[in-house]
Amino acid sequence: MGEPRLIEISPVTRVEGHGKVTIHLNDRNEVDEARLHIVEFRGFERFIRGRLLWEVPVIVQRLCGICPVSHHLAAAKAMDMIVGVDVLPPTAEKMRRLMHYGQVMQSHVLHFFHLAAPDLLFGFGAPAERRNIFEVIRENPELGRRAVAMRRFGQEIIEATAGKKIHGTGAVPGGINRNLDIATRDRLLAQVEEMLLWAQDALALARGYTLDHADLVANFAAFPSNHMALARAGDGALDLYHGQLRAIDAGGGTIFEGVDYRRYHDLLVEDVRPWSYMKFPFIRDLGPEAGWYRVGPLARMNVAAFIDTPLADAAHRDMKAATGGRPNNTALANHWARMIEVLHCVEKIRDLLHDTDLQGTDLIATGERRREGIGVIEAPRGNLIHHYEVDEHDQVTFCNLIVSTTHNNEGMNRAVKDVAVRYLGGQERISEGMLNHVEVAIRAFDPCLSCATHALGQMPLQVELIDAGGRVIDSRTRNG
Amino acid sequence: MAEPGELLVIGYGNPGRGDDGLGPEFARRLADQAVPGVRVEIDYQLTVDHALAVAEAGRVLFVDAAMGLDKPCKLARLSPDHGAALDSHSLSPEAVLALAELLYGQRPEGSLLAIGGERFGEVSEGLSPAAERNLDLGQAMFRAWLADNPAAPPRI
Repeated sequence: MGEPRLIEISPVTRVEGHGKVTIHLNDRNEVDEARLHIVEFRGFERFIRGRLLWEVPVIVQRLCGICPVSHHLAAAKAMDMIVGVDVLPPTAEKMRRLMHYGQVMQSHVLHFFHLAAPDLLFGFGAPAERRNIFEVIRENPELGRRAVAMRRFGQEIIEATAGKKIHGTGAVPGGINRNLDIATRDRLLAQVEEMLLWAQDALALARGYTLDHADLVANFAAFPSNHMALARAGDGALDLYHGQLRAIDAGGGTIFEGVDYRRYHDLLVEDVRPWSYMKFPFIRDLGPEAGWYRVGPLARMNVAAFIDTPLADAAHRDMKAATGGRPNNTALANHWARMIEVLHCVEKIRDLLHDTDLQGTDLIATGERRREGIGVIEAPRGNLIHHYEVDEHDQVTFCNLIVSTTHNNEGMNRAVKDVAVRYLGGQERISEGMLNHVEVAIRAFDPCLSCATHALGQMPLQVELIDAGGRVIDSRTRNG
Repeated sequence: MAEPGELLVIGYGNPGRGDDGLGPEFARRLADQAVPGVRVEIDYQLTVDHALAVAEAGRVLFVDAAMGLDKPCKLARLSPDHGAALDSHSLSPEAVLALAELLYGQRPEGSLLAIGGERFGEVSEGLSPAAERNLDLGQAMFRAWLADNPAAPPRI
């Protein structure tokens, strides 16, 4: 081989959807409007039509390389309904839950350490060459190694429950196709206590950042909104895998609760705007102006009555106390919420690994066939809805998905505008610092443009500054 | 844990995006051959956790689809990139090499096999005819490269 050299590959132009922000100034150079546009590749609904219901939970993973397990499980839940199964055998539900907790944990860890930590540790305005994961690791190599080990632990759980890391097959209509063997269980158990300690350290880091920067957090892309998530039936506990829909307003008042998620289309409307490919869901009874809402880790903290694992529950109460028990309407507190969920997931994983139901052999239930199936879970980024209809030949005839990033579309647009008004108004040039402030606001939602746009999962971003005459006076682009 | 001298091959991409599935398909075919001393991984994209697997390997070959190549496929050495922009969920192979060095003090030899595709973006399964041809050429290029740079067989 000769001297090292690079091969130029352009993944962004190759398969990516990408985000574009346009900031419109008025004739006084004040921000009039700011919009997050998603440029997408379409075709998933067409792709899925005609597929057999049995293969849907596997195929939907091709939507997204970032959270394939979330789509796998949401589709499997929808297919449970179609095959007439309302209650899974305990082994099946617990294996699916284990898979889901592993997925949420490793997804949150990736976001916190890889994408958010440089901003949080070095500041949003730090030079780009400093504000990256390499600098984080140089300053704290142990933190970096822990993040990788936690990611790998989550991946091992996914592999053990779904069968493989890519295009897993674990969840099938009506149940699961494997249990957890003792050797794998013991290998995971050997790591779980250390993961629990690390999760607590990570939580302390996120909590400390949020409280130490209370003014920034309170004023950066913070605004009142509604919040929606699943909550456990009966007691309103946080439940990432299954529950009933609950929505609250910015003051904590209940908009709806205890709603069967199969009625989602009675409650939510998907609005279309001419300048965006991505829809704008809102709560039907409140209308598009007052009815938009946020989903995701912080929305879940706001919606949940409590958490059913002790360490995460204490952290949840601590977080609620910081806002006097009222909903937290900031964007940056999402990082704190994410780390509470990581702790919750590790506690749940530990409990499940000690549960002998995971070695059970009753894996699949059967029931009376239906034509329609709706599956909803709380994915790492928030509520995820899969809705299908199938014909008498078991072929899909209809598919509708509402992914977390779509739920958060209005919230992200408002966050971008809030930051634009604060940091870009009166400017004629977009500096690196300004670009990053916009990115931080979007990143707080951890959007997966891949899901929302049905393309692969990076987040390249272009920001355009447009004057009162419609002229683009500056543009800045960063590719993922 | 990898053996010293072992070659780790990571084929990555999304098989549900047409020719973006070139990397996973290459890796799948290679895994079927069970070549001694060669360990194969398949993933949607590279993320931070690949740094550990890469650090544990003696050598690593990344296999990815590419557009705009002036040849059907290319194979070249990589250098770690400690200044790589990390604004997304996935990493470049150069950034993974840099993380392996930074986190674990390991600097395995890293190479990239880029295989040309032409149909990206649409949600579709299977490779285009051009990508299939390029994949065959990529496999031949890999075999020649492996003959010149044999993988150490695992210790018994």
